[in-house]
Amino acid sequence: MHGIKPFAALMAFTCVALPAGARAADDVAALRAELQAMKADYDARVTALESRLAELESPPAAVSEPASAPVAATRAAAAAFNPAISLILAGSYADTSREPADWRIAGLMPNGGEIGPGERSFGLGESEITLSANVDPYFSGTLIAAVTGEGEIEVEEAWFRTLALPAGFTLKGGRFFSGIGYLNEVHAHAWDFADQPLAYQALYANQYAQDGAQLKWLAPTDFFLELGAEAGNDGAFPGTRREGNGAGGTALFAHVGGDIGDSLSWRVGASWHEADAENRAYEDLDQFGDAVLNAFTGGSRTWIADAVLKWTPQKGAPGRQLKLQGEYLGRRERGTLVFDTEGAALADAYRSSQSGWYLQGVYQFRPRWRAGLRYDSLDSGTPSIGLVSGGALPPEAFPALLPGDATRSTVMLDWNPSEFSRWRLQYAWDEARDDGDTDRQLRLQYLFGIGAHGAHKY
Amino acid sequence: MKRIIGHGLLAFALLAASLPASAALRILATTADWGALATELGGDRVAVYTATSALQDVHRVEARPSLIARARNADLLVANGAELELGWLPVLVQESGNPRIQRGAPGYFEAAAQLRLVEVPAQFDRAQGDIHAQGNPHVQLDPHNVGLVARALSARLAALDPGGAAYYAARARDFGARWDAAIRHWEEMAAPLRGTPVVIMHRDQVYLCRWLGLTEVASIEPKPGVPPSAGYLGQLVTRLAATPARAILLNAYNDPKAANWLSQRVKAQAVVLPFSVGGSDRAKDLFGLFDDTIERLLEAVR
Repeated sequence: MHGIKPFAALMAFTCVALPAGARAADDVAALRAELQAMKADYDARVTALESRLAELESPPAAVSEPASAPVAATRAAAAAFNPAISLILAGSYADTSREPADWRIAGLMPNGGEIGPGERSFGLGESEITLSANVDPYFSGTLIAAVTGEGEIEVEEAWFRTLALPAGFTLKGGRFFSGIGYLNEVHAHAWDFADQPLAYQALYANQYAQDGAQLKWLAPTDFFLELGAEAGNDGAFPGTRREGNGAGGTALFAHVGGDIGDSLSWRVGASWHEADAENRAYEDLDQFGDAVLNAFTGGSRTWIADAVLKWTPQKGAPGRQLKLQGEYLGRRERGTLVFDTEGAALADAYRSSQSGWYLQGVYQFRPRWRAGLRYDSLDSGTPSIGLVSGGALPPEAFPALLPGDATRSTVMLDWNPSEFSRWRLQYAWDEARDDGDTDRQLRLQYLFGIGAHGAHKY
Repeated sequence: MKRIIGHGLLAFALLAASLPASAALRILATTADWGALATELGGDRVAVYTATSALQDVHRVEARPSLIARARNADLLVANGAELELGWLPVLVQESGNPRIQRGAPGYFEAAAQLRLVEVPAQFDRAQGDIHAQGNPHVQLDPHNVGLVARALSARLAALDPGGAAYYAARARDFGARWDAAIRHWEEMAAPLRGTPVVIMHRDQVYLCRWLGLTEVASIEPKPGVPPSAGYLGQLVTRLAATPARAILLNAYNDPKAANWLSQRVKAQAVVLPFSVGGSDRAKDLFGLFDDTIERLLEAVR
């Protein structure tokens, strides 16, 4: 009975796989070949298992003896070089008091990212697959891909990193989360809240991925001092993919850190990031309420200051930790804004100075429980729009750019049955929209990690 | 003025000489025990920095900035290995940008790799709790293991710092002789403990039990790394009524709540063991660690 199902599946597979004309003639031969292959495969596996059993039973001295290597052993050795694989499963249930579709951050140019409260009811989060291994003595490689609920695969990161550069240098290349700020490099499953702070959502569409290269230098001191420089293709918001030669998306960052006594550790950093945008389009409504597509062309400069402090008591409180963190992001943009690119296409100068910050604390009050509190604030400033100041258009023609002060308060509680599973309950009072009315957002989230042990940064 | 400058220079020279940078080898040890062993074997030629204290759970440490800085400058990383530091050491080594201590380099040393581990799982499934693929990594509480690691570590020190080979060899001989004598002494002292039924907290006490011949009748953690539920503790009380234990073993870094609760309900004393160098006032070095461990055990079953 057991044998029938795989056999039927095999037959079905063989039928589908072959072109219709050749089917009848090749059926039997193909089946035979498949069966032979399966048999050979099983034989090899049994041999491998037997040899492993023998290895376990024999005394240690015998293990080191160079035994004559059967085919199975070579196979096992080949598999031993497989990269470490890990998978994150995530999902949530959301309940919001206001319609999620009309969520928007007041006064900041929409960036097209998957930001905001998301959809109501049950939702499948991104399943994240990580493959990583050393390439050779000189490089290591990592791929982190996210499979969305809609079945799309998105390359979050795919990079190589040097292992053997001297003098504390490390070079990283490919696609990677930029080292700017503190939260930018952290993957979604390792966030302390279900979503990013508003500042990161608004200014970086959650986080900034660089397609380029990063050079980092770690100072030969007993305290931590790290300097980094990056260049890329400007492909992610606030930039747009470069068309010319050369590089853009230049980023510089410095981090300093250390310990205070046995229980306190800290890290502070400063980052600078410059990007160029060419026809960076966003959707808006004009003064008559009709949908238009506007676009910005120009330069964008961002400053970030970040600080993290962790208190991990060494005595009398196993599994307890308090983590305080805060970041300030400021951005200036200067260039040209085109109104209704597909219609009137009016263009004039544009200048803005915007900023955002958050402050959060997460307290692990029992080994498996954590509670957190976060406050977010954004200041859109009043952008200088040439088309408005010149009288060509009324301010109402750019509703997305009307000044606003988005704020949000969030509380969360999570329970971690083990290192590999997390359940989180989060409640937010979100006042990001320009009308200032509160959206009450409740979210229950699960996160599971399977496979290779994840590597979490500080 | 000249004198002031002269004194200043002298002070500076003395300060520079006292800095760890003057040592031939800078060693980063992941645990206090392997740090203590590196100090025993390396003497003045090494500067040892220990990443964790005895009061920390080594499973749950973070790759803090200060540790990354130490890893950056280390000539030798002395790790416990067998996945004990899996959650943070790979990140630390990666972030250090230090080719000398990458896995496989001469400056990467794993204590567990020198030993034959017990409790190698037959099946890798996290439903079994926090198991380690290569076997139980908590090897340091069997002093025979420490002796074996000492030999390998001494050879590694000599390989990395050939100028000090004779020095390391002499120190290793001296340590070996003192250690073997101490083991004989401990084994004599601990003879009455053989066969004593005990409850353990976590599988990190297994090597100690095997060495001293203590009989493990139960474990407070139902599975490695899984804290006990009230229901499980209730079952333990019933089980321990049938097969009584003489002591409940607890490590300095453990939360004593569950052990104390159990101790009040079954006739067994909860004994807090230093577990690691620095885990008690007496456990100042490796010798003190075992002296104190055995004395505390003897006192508990007296």
